[in-house]
Amino acid sequence: MIRTRRGKFGTCVIRDSAHVASSVPDELVHVDVLDCSVPQYNNRLDTPLPDVPFVRNLGADQKKLKEKEKGAWTSLSKEEKLALYRLSFELTYPEMKRGSGEWKTVLGGIFFFLGFTGLLVWWQRFSVFGDVPHTLSPEWVEQQTQRMLDMRVNPVHGFSTKWDYEKKQWK
Amino acid sequence: MSLPKPVMRGLLGKRLRFHLPIAFTLSVIAAVAFKYAVTEPRKQAYADFYKQYDAMKEFSAMREAGVFESVRPSGE
Repeated sequence: MIRTRRGKFGTCVIRDSAHVASSVPDELVHVDVLDCSVPQYNNRLDTPLPDVPFVRNLGADQKKLKEKEKGAWTSLSKEEKLALYRLSFELTYPEMKRGSGEWKTVLGGIFFFLGFTGLLVWWQRFSVFGDVPHTLSPEWVEQQTQRMLDMRVNPVHGFSTKWDYEKKQWK
Repeated sequence: MSLPKPVMRGLLGKRLRFHLPIAFTLSVIAAVAFKYAVTEPRKQAYADFYKQYDAMKEFSAMREAGVFESVRPSGE
């Protein structure tokens, strides 16, 4: 059942109820309430043979096909075999396992929020943080480095080994 | 339909019998390699440094630079 409705953005189409493809046989799809007290069909990778076939209420042609199925299967054509398969199952395994394009949305969302966070961090840098301490100014760092060399910091393997004390320059 | 019955028991024991000697050997090798690649060169470097270390000279140099509080540079 499909109705149309005139809305603010033009005509749009509404269905009576959502298509519940994976758990309900075709004939019951457009009913609002699922009857969970009876066995249901499902498309699940770990349940190859669901409790009920996909199509319960067979039409006349389908009934004839089911009768023919009771005989020798070699007499069935390829189309008939496929039709019988589709009577019992809604989706094949490859159809169940098919990928979606969701990863693009996920990746896009990740990048978007990373960018937004970057903007927040940038705003924080100029609006929230106070001044950088004076001990990080180049003059102070220079005097600090000189004092570290005078004290012979890490003279065996580390800082002071990089400085040439005779020539008074970095090695 | 005549597959042999799969092994049901002793799986952990079999895995341990195989992997434990290997793990033990590799750990020992790692420890020995670390000793001879890192700690021995480090000990040698320290030994060499202090063999040629003149403490008084270094002290005078540091004193002249003004880093001590108990002794000021000789000029003052």
